[in-house]
Amino acid sequence: MKKTYKIDVDCANCANKMEEAARRTQGVKDAVVNFMTLKMIVEFEEGQEPKKVMQEVRRNCKKVEDDCEIFI
Amino acid sequence: MNKRQKKMLLRILTAAVLMIALYFAPVSGGLRFVLYLVPYLVIGYDILIKAGKGIRNRQVFDENFLMAVATIGAMAIAVYEDGDYTEAIAVMLFYQVGELFQSYAVGKSRRNISELMDIRPDYANVEQAGELTQVDPDEVAVGSTIIVQPGEKVPIDGVVIEGSSSLNTSALTGESLPREVKEGDEIVSGCINMTGVLKIRTIKEFGESTVSKILDLVENASSRKSRSEDFIAKFARIYTPAVCCSALALAVLPPVVRMAGLGLSPEWGAWIYRALTFLVISCPCALVISIPLSFFAGIGGASREGILVKGSNYLETLSKTGCVVFDKTGTLTQGVFEVSGIHHNTMEEAKLVEYAALAESASSHPISRSLQRAYGRAIDRSRVSEVQELGGSGILAKVDGHSVAVGNDKLMRRLHIEPVSCHKVGTIIHMAIDGAYAGHIVISDVVKPEAEQAIAALKAAGVEKTVMLTGDIHTVAEQVAASLGIDLVYSELLPGDKVSRVEELLAQKPQRAKLAFVGDGINDAPVLSRADIGIAMGAMGSDAAIEAADVVLMDDNPLKIAKAIRISRKCLRIVYENIAFAIGVKAACLLLGALGIANMWLAIFADVGVMVIAVLNAIRALFVKHL
Repeated sequence: MKKTYKIDVDCANCANKMEEAARRTQGVKDAVVNFMTLKMIVEFEEGQEPKKVMQEVRRNCKKVEDDCEIFI
Repeated sequence: MNKRQKKMLLRILTAAVLMIALYFAPVSGGLRFVLYLVPYLVIGYDILIKAGKGIRNRQVFDENFLMAVATIGAMAIAVYEDGDYTEAIAVMLFYQVGELFQSYAVGKSRRNISELMDIRPDYANVEQAGELTQVDPDEVAVGSTIIVQPGEKVPIDGVVIEGSSSLNTSALTGESLPREVKEGDEIVSGCINMTGVLKIRTIKEFGESTVSKILDLVENASSRKSRSEDFIAKFARIYTPAVCCSALALAVLPPVVRMAGLGLSPEWGAWIYRALTFLVISCPCALVISIPLSFFAGIGGASREGILVKGSNYLETLSKTGCVVFDKTGTLTQGVFEVSGIHHNTMEEAKLVEYAALAESASSHPISRSLQRAYGRAIDRSRVSEVQELGGSGILAKVDGHSVAVGNDKLMRRLHIEPVSCHKVGTIIHMAIDGAYAGHIVISDVVKPEAEQAIAALKAAGVEKTVMLTGDIHTVAEQVAASLGIDLVYSELLPGDKVSRVEELLAQKPQRAKLAFVGDGINDAPVLSRADIGIAMGAMGSDAAIEAADVVLMDDNPLKIAKAIRISRKCLRIVYENIAFAIGVKAACLLLGALGIANMWLAIFADVGVMVIAVLNAIRALFVKHL
């Protein structure tokens, strides 16, 4: 299952870091961050609850870039 | 500028004014340090805080940390030598200027592109109890009647049931000529109604309408990353740590070697200063922002021209196109068969066509339909009787009491009539009336007026090979290809053959040159997906084409193919320019910094100046109108 989330982040490198962090989160199969359109497209693994996984994704993203936001 | 950017501008100005004022202030010693600390903190407090948070989260190599270390280091050297504090403040100041510029430029181009694609309708007019009410287009059910007034956007795909008008389709196709519509015509969403009031019966939901599909496609386009973007992301990941480690080495190794090995004074200050300039250069911002920005601008500019590219990766592949394969019908030709000649007729041409149309009236074959179109009037079926369809050769029928035979030469010979062969290319329909030869009608697919120019434009854009695939007979195919200047023709193909031909061509071509397949989106989805890049044209309203292709041309002008390639080449040239420029300047500054020739001011240029130039260059990709 794929879902798209709006995000807010200031710099392109931070967006790349968020992408990395999201990909490494458990329950996430793949993630793409589009800095230009400020969107995060997350593909979840089978049987994962997106809401729960996204909380974790947000926490991991905040770790690498304090100044970011994901609108879940 | 938004609130955040305004605040940053204020901070930059305050810090700059303070710094200049302090430069002339007659203070010295500890007081001078404290006073200089004020502009430093004004401009850099957020960076320092973020750096602190970064350390707590074990993100050592983040820009904030680098800037914090570099400036604190420079301040420390200044305190130690009671020297120049302005450098540290300037590094912070210009770093912030760069960030501000970047965020402004990115925001600006985001807005620019969303304005370009400003085709999203905000409402639909629905008539309720004699009054017009504006509703959300999402709430309009299929089959409802909506009203579009002059100046409004058509919100949902539909059929005109009342009124006539001209439509501006330029936002969709880049075509400035208005399109005329009248009762019974299909109309796609996203066009702007210019002259008359139109009453439209919707045939799709808003979410399924052309405008939604296009917006969805464009908004998600840059999410499919190109190889250049991946390269830069990977590069950035190793570049920063690598430069930081060499900075550390530069600060420690030379002094130690000088001291222990050569017996010279270590000159810690000079080497640490060199190491700090390394840290300033180590930020990969310029690269990381300019590459996606170039692609974003390129895709945005292309969509303004009615060329929708589904992802940065496709734009990249498109720029390497070396071979373009056309599916003839619908791309180079109009895909509509027309009567192009009547020869050796024993009766009036109109009469002959009338008999042919009547005899073929029961058939839905494209040839029959083109005959009926050429006849142009309503067909009175009561004049036709005893219709006999002979599969593969033609039709026998009685029209107005005459026995009419319409078909190919096989049919004629079967009736023991000698057909007169034709020197024109096309499908030849022989006619016999009451057992006597009555002439033949030539039907051919009409070549688009721009087709020849389009092939020439492709050659000019650097495409080495053009290939045409068609189901037509050999002679027709050869003639069309020769008149257009196409290099290679495969004719008399069945739909399934097209995939295997494209596979052959893929195997033959050199690895670097990519193969593009151009189709009209009807029945060629497998080929579109098999080619390196699938281009569907004439996609207004055709969902299948939008789904299957990588590049979608909104109108059916073949000249757009060459234009798409030129746009992609320009975009990729900008990308490579930026990569080479940014890496080149940084490498040069690192070298000069290590040798002690570059000071911090040059390092600031390598960081911020390069980024500004790269971003400005990236925005150039947006301007493709006159390409």
